[in-house]
Amino acid sequence: MFDTLILILDSTVRLSTPLLLAALAGLYSERSGVFDIGLEGKMLGAAFAAGAAAAVTGSAWIGLGAGIAVSIALALVHGFACITNRGNQIVSGVAINFLAIGLTALLGQDWFRQGGRTPPVTGDARFETLVLPFADALREVPVIGGIYSELLSGHNILVYIAFLAVPFTWWVLFRTRFGLRLRAVGENPAAVDTAGISVTWLRYRAVICTGILCGIAGAYLSVAQSAGFIKDMTAGKGFIALAALIFAKWKPVPVMFACLLFGFLDAVAIRLQGQQVPGIGEVPVQAIQALPYILTVVLLAGFIGRAVPPKAGGTAYVKERS
Amino acid sequence: MTAGQMPRWADYILMPAINVAAAFFVSGLVVLAIGENPIDAVRILVWGAFGWNEGIGFTLFYATNFIFTGLAVAVAFHASLFNIGGEGQAYIGGLGVAFACLALDRFVPWWVTLPFAVAGAAAFGAAWAYIPAVLQAKRGSHVVITTIMFNFIAASLMVYLLVNVMAKEGSMQPETRTFEDGGRLPLLDTILPGVDFGSAPANLSFVLALIACVFTWVLIWRTKLGYEIRTFGANQTAAVYAGISPVRITVITMLISGAMAGMMAVNEIMGSQHRLLIEFVSGYGFVGIAVALMGRSHPLGILFAALLFGMLYQGGAELAFEMPAITRDMIVVIQALVILFAGALEHMFRPALIKLFGVLSAPATRPA
Repeated sequence: MFDTLILILDSTVRLSTPLLLAALAGLYSERSGVFDIGLEGKMLGAAFAAGAAAAVTGSAWIGLGAGIAVSIALALVHGFACITNRGNQIVSGVAINFLAIGLTALLGQDWFRQGGRTPPVTGDARFETLVLPFADALREVPVIGGIYSELLSGHNILVYIAFLAVPFTWWVLFRTRFGLRLRAVGENPAAVDTAGISVTWLRYRAVICTGILCGIAGAYLSVAQSAGFIKDMTAGKGFIALAALIFAKWKPVPVMFACLLFGFLDAVAIRLQGQQVPGIGEVPVQAIQALPYILTVVLLAGFIGRAVPPKAGGTAYVKERS
Repeated sequence: MTAGQMPRWADYILMPAINVAAAFFVSGLVVLAIGENPIDAVRILVWGAFGWNEGIGFTLFYATNFIFTGLAVAVAFHASLFNIGGEGQAYIGGLGVAFACLALDRFVPWWVTLPFAVAGAAAFGAAWAYIPAVLQAKRGSHVVITTIMFNFIAASLMVYLLVNVMAKEGSMQPETRTFEDGGRLPLLDTILPGVDFGSAPANLSFVLALIACVFTWVLIWRTKLGYEIRTFGANQTAAVYAGISPVRITVITMLISGAMAGMMAVNEIMGSQHRLLIEFVSGYGFVGIAVALMGRSHPLGILFAALLFGMLYQGGAELAFEMPAITRDMIVVIQALVILFAGALEHMFRPALIKLFGVLSAPATRPA
């Protein structure tokens, strides 16, 4: 029983990592007043770029860099459309999602001719699991040994980066000047503008942060969790991340718990597939898969707490003319 | 025309044309990057869609889907609501069509089944839009986010129903049994004399789609409700002062929008597949956003935009066949670029164009 629990929690950590990175990515953008439903597309683009670059160069780190670069490029397209041209942020997000789906499949087939896959990455081209110090020595210690050597140790570096990004994001948002301004521009851009700070530049920096984190999330999928890119491999994770972001009311630490919860649901769903649960019978996996979305809707409806988005979110800032 | 504005024809025809041209230009660059000739690609695409009878049939079939999902988005746009849930509403709409067909197909001819199928599609689609609508109207939760969530909930629900409840006896396929003749719409070429669309599934739903266009035009521009919807969309505060109930307009508009999206299933399920199966919507709901944007939320514009996207779908399939280096995914790329340029970047060329019209009309308007 305890071993099963550790196993489920272990896969929870693995499954929630991409959600966490993508949700934190969305946090920067949305806190600055730029809604982003294109997290999915940026992740997919990054996963493809990372998979392709790692397969060609044989270096996972170059893959990560390529993933981040592509994700930032897509984020800048979003920024150019929504910040510079004051376009509709939702429409732009939809466009970026489609662009990523189409281009990754098209270029994947053109470059590698394996039905949209990238060649499998092995060795240095993939992020290896890290074993924390003394993990092997402590393995036999009851309870703590299992938790330490199975749950905390034995993940790849991107998992640790993802969880370290949580306190880092909190620190950036709530303890730095940049973070204060970023939150302010999402609530009241006119006030920030009056203070002599460029709304445009601030929001561009926010979407670049989004690009970086989405890039890591995508690279995690193709060169850490799996060995190579598969067509449509994000499979809605960007939207679950968006749901987690809303569920956590746009706050970094709750984002982590929301992602862990949604990752846990995913892990349980995989575990329960086709199994009989005593007293209930076969649990429909689809019900568990739909649960993150249902929970988010219930939260949005204001039945459990209240999710209030950044006030200036979704609208482009227009400088008042005299 | 006042200073800093464009004539209406430029706003409704020239701007979308320029935006689509930009999207096609970038698509051409993508084709070039793959190492094929873009001019040839366009030639194959247009010929594939309009150059032969079967191609035209397929183009009309795809266009039918786009008309419905485009109208769905457009109706909501008029109330400045963004219904991004067409995907889920069409999916659930399929359930309504399937119930009608499965219940009646063995007993009555298709024209008896049709009204029930249409009503089922509309009712189920509307029902799936109802909860997000009420949550937006009464609890202020953003309709964009709730409808996205409902797309995914619909996907899970349909997989569950098709695998565990509605699947054909003794079959592993997640789909219902195939409908008999009483659950199949006649093909267009069997109705129209002298027309032959080959194996293309263009069916009576295309006529339904045209009716839906007229219905939408009358609704939005010729009824009291339409006036209220447009007023609410233009200025919510003013609408409230004019005695228009925001809750009522939000809910009714979303119901109509959801019903329109649901009707897409009539074309796909009763017109072509003749069974309910998973993922039959496959992105039509999302593309409806592009159709509505390009068509400027006007039924006539939507009709043309839907034909354009129908052409892309059919011609793109032909292109993938003729140029193996270009897969069907090219269609998705072109769609994305159209959404980007005609939607998100719609204002990009506007300042330049306004300046141009300013220069052109300056000598006439300047006082002597």
